[in-house]
Amino acid sequence: MDFMPVLLWSDVLIWLLVLASVAFGALSSRNPLWRGAWRRIGRSRAGMASATVLLVFVAVGLLDSLHYRPRLAEEPGQGAAAAVYGVEVLSVLDALLTPLRTRTEKTYSAPLATRAYAKEAVDVRDADGQPRQIRDHPRLKYGGAHLGADEGGRDADIGERVLRACGLALALWSAVAAAFTVAMARARGCSPAQAWRRIWCNESDFAGNAVLGALAGLLLLNLPLALLAGDYHVFGTDKVGQDVFYQVLKSVRTALVIGLVTTLVTLPLSIVLGVLAGYFRGWVDDLIQYLYTTLSSIPGVLLIAAAVLMMQVLIDTHPQWFTTAAERADLRLLALCFILGLTSWTSLCRLLRGETMKLRELEYIQAAQSFGVADLRIIARHILPNLMHIVIIALVMDFSSMVLTEAVLSYIDIGVDPTMISFGTMINNARMELAREPAVWWSLLAAFAFMFTLVLAANLLADAVRDAFDPRLAGAA
Amino acid sequence: MLAYIVRRLFYALPILLGVNLLTFALFFVVNTPDDMARMQLGVKRVTPEAIAKWKADRGYDKPLFVNAAASGSGVLTETIFFGKSARMFAGDFGRAEDGRDIAREIASRMGPSLAIALPNFAIGLLVTVSFALLLTFFRATYLDFWGVVLCVAMMSISTLFYIIGGQYLVSKVWRLVPISGYGGGVEAWKFVILPVAIGVVAGIGSSARWYRTIFIEEIGKDYVRTARAKGLAEAAVLFRHVLRNAMIPILTGVVVVIPLLFMGSLLSESFFGIPGLGSYTIDAIKAQDFAVVRAMVFIGSVLYIAGLILTDISYTFVDPRIRFH
Repeated sequence: MDFMPVLLWSDVLIWLLVLASVAFGALSSRNPLWRGAWRRIGRSRAGMASATVLLVFVAVGLLDSLHYRPRLAEEPGQGAAAAVYGVEVLSVLDALLTPLRTRTEKTYSAPLATRAYAKEAVDVRDADGQPRQIRDHPRLKYGGAHLGADEGGRDADIGERVLRACGLALALWSAVAAAFTVAMARARGCSPAQAWRRIWCNESDFAGNAVLGALAGLLLLNLPLALLAGDYHVFGTDKVGQDVFYQVLKSVRTALVIGLVTTLVTLPLSIVLGVLAGYFRGWVDDLIQYLYTTLSSIPGVLLIAAAVLMMQVLIDTHPQWFTTAAERADLRLLALCFILGLTSWTSLCRLLRGETMKLRELEYIQAAQSFGVADLRIIARHILPNLMHIVIIALVMDFSSMVLTEAVLSYIDIGVDPTMISFGTMINNARMELAREPAVWWSLLAAFAFMFTLVLAANLLADAVRDAFDPRLAGAA
Repeated sequence: MLAYIVRRLFYALPILLGVNLLTFALFFVVNTPDDMARMQLGVKRVTPEAIAKWKADRGYDKPLFVNAAASGSGVLTETIFFGKSARMFAGDFGRAEDGRDIAREIASRMGPSLAIALPNFAIGLLVTVSFALLLTFFRATYLDFWGVVLCVAMMSISTLFYIIGGQYLVSKVWRLVPISGYGGGVEAWKFVILPVAIGVVAGIGSSARWYRTIFIEEIGKDYVRTARAKGLAEAAVLFRHVLRNAMIPILTGVVVVIPLLFMGSLLSESFFGIPGLGSYTIDAIKAQDFAVVRAMVFIGSVLYIAGLILTDISYTFVDPRIRFH
């Protein structure tokens, strides 16, 4: 084999989450109440548009969650006895982005530039062939290298590529739209023309126009980037010459892990404790209330800071636990998720406790109790299903705040491992760049723009989910 | 009322004890003082003697909970738990890594922190409530719709962006105020105005949207219909009736944070170089100064509990239906 698959802990959790959400989707589609909620989300235009955007982010994140160690080239004399694998852990996304990953310049270069951002001493030959040193912006090694000496042709080249990409985007989009319309016409038993009209006049019970619109936007933005990224640094390069576009794409996975895995820690804690406190009351309730009041009375950032500091000491004093740097960074990321989860379960727990207390007074629960149904069975069959909407709403609402928190934590050095690419570490590394003369803005702007898109899409989807699942709002819609 | 407050204060004690035990466990049980010493001293200077000296200097050379070697009350007091945690209740926070007294440092840094946090809080509340009222006044119009869209967009932007972008634009490009720093007296406004403005803008998104929901919920109630039925103008209904009733849920969310204002803001203080408690905390975190972080955790939870009590008291002022039991 040319590679050895590596299963990082966060990969396992991410794929488990994917499996769990697929299973949950399949199970919930059997229940008419849930089906209604899913339909309401499908009808929300903002929700479906943001879901389309989020899917792209998730796809990037999932590609980045398949890790392997490439096989090193063999020494000629050794034969094929033992395969040697590199210590560097790569992902499928890395493999797809190999040109972006490996083409590093010396230092800063502006987006789409062919020359470096700062002047350097360059050797030139003047008219009579004498070597001479002048200060100039040196030519980049990779950025626009295919142009050769014809640097003036850059704008024409970029324009041509963008036009080509837009044409391609248009063709792709038309194909998808046509397929969608035909599928819809089949399902409804009407002609494709009618289906097309329905999609765009908002007459169907699925916001297809929002999905197609978002898709058009995504294609028009991303295909030009993809076509240009092969030969230019579309978002420039950072201080050590690494492509910013590559870093931004790698950050997506970190953000997703922080946003999603944290809820894995939060959910069991808050569900179990909240339901127990609300259902059994008495000393159980007192104890659990004391627990979450104590935890929530410590300001969040400080508790996280204290826990992360301790984790750092633990990691630094036990280097023998990790075989590769990626594993260490990965475990640190998971520990951060764990800490974030431990500090953020309290509010959901309080909500669930209140709701359980309300539910247990209802007649159907009391009927079940008087029939002698065991407590655990009542909780599992009658209480938990009626709490799920709160859990779902909290889950999607928390995601965006976790992504934002990661950036702040990494900025104050208590976030992810410094070697792990994330929005926070990108901002942290670039924090002094605006103060330079002339200012270097692309790293910060790219990180902020991607983070904004991700968080905005998550917020919009969260609103749609809340509107669909909240029984108070669902009646009105 | 006084009896109620005293009782609440007694309820707070077990919580503070819990916070103390938790931080103690975090700082001393997860990692032994030996690990911390190694971490602080770095790789080069680690010798058993250096570690022993580091521990002795900071009082970490005692047993954790019970000192069997000591006599009398010393069994409990000659321990790390008593020396490091129990004394915090008396306001004795010990010394930072650089040898300075933490309590004195905190007292001197509170002023700059408040100079930023207090105007930020007051102006922010005023601006967000007015903005939310404006959206409510124009509800179900395009202004309301785009206002909410603006709120969602603004809450999706990272705080770091507001700070970095604002600092770049106002201080570097327009050169209106100094980039960072702090001065006492009248000159302080120059340093304070930008962090406050950025803090206010950064807070608008989420709070204005939340307040708007509260207002909209309130506006559907019967007393509002009565007020309209007797011929009041919409503005009068909003300001005299809806605003006053909606202040109850708004206050509960807001009063809790008032005591925490003393802690300052972590991010804006460190970006603007303001010598407050927020930047003190950040510096301590970056320098891995355990004593300072522990002290800040303790103070933070004390202030939070104070905020909870204040919230309960403030209820009675805004809602005469609530009485203490």
